[in-house]
Amino acid sequence: MGIDKNADSALLVLGCPQVPVQTTVVLYIASRLKKAGIKTVIAGTPSAGMLIKYADYDGYYVDEVKDLDAIIDLITEKDVSYPLCFVFIHNDAGISYAATMNSVMKSVIYPVIFGKNAEELSGQIDFECEKISAVAVHNPKPLINAVNRVIKWDA
Amino acid sequence: MGCLEKLPYEVILRNSSFSECRDYVKENFREIYTVPPGYKIFDVHIIGVPPVTIGVEGDTIVFPYTKPCHGTFLVKVKSADEALKIRQNSYKKSQKK
Repeated sequence: MGIDKNADSALLVLGCPQVPVQTTVVLYIASRLKKAGIKTVIAGTPSAGMLIKYADYDGYYVDEVKDLDAIIDLITEKDVSYPLCFVFIHNDAGISYAATMNSVMKSVIYPVIFGKNAEELSGQIDFECEKISAVAVHNPKPLINAVNRVIKWDA
Repeated sequence: MGCLEKLPYEVILRNSSFSECRDYVKENFREIYTVPPGYKIFDVHIIGVPPVTIGVEGDTIVFPYTKPCHGTFLVKVKSADEALKIRQNSYKKSQKK
């Protein structure tokens, strides 16, 4: 499936940065989106956001880094929306965030599931979506491969 | 947790899954409401998988609070105003027999 050409922005929702592959795969997806002309906004906990902010210090790939609670407030209170939303999941809380994003925004949601329990977590997502899933903790390659299997990048 | 931290709250379950919290509410409270994910209670939005269930018992509200690093907590907070707001909203109510 190709990325929607009408999409002008994407929200990437980060979980706790406890699993190392998260930051790398976030930056990989952000770089591909940026090449496709899609503005990328990161929403995460303060530490997840800091990892991205300093890994992409000059903002080559990421346009904005915002606080997760502040983004949820904007979406639910101010009707702010993003056509694409990637939710990074490695625990039960990630599943809850994906279900919430699916409920509060009319977006194409891509759950990105990783970590040791990726298969079990993937089975818990019951709303209609294309899941990106791989058992990946330290080596991001299985998850990068899963991203590329699901999304056919134009650029 | 924002303003919720300033209120006297009790943690009923900690580091749980969302479904464990939902089951606990269903099994232990008689007055249960189903709200949409993102529903704002005090100053926090409920993050969860539908159906999101919250329990009300007198002036006390029991609801799931999810933190990205620690999973879901089931918390109990006393607030007559919030309890009234939940009862007045037309959210689906189920009454345990």
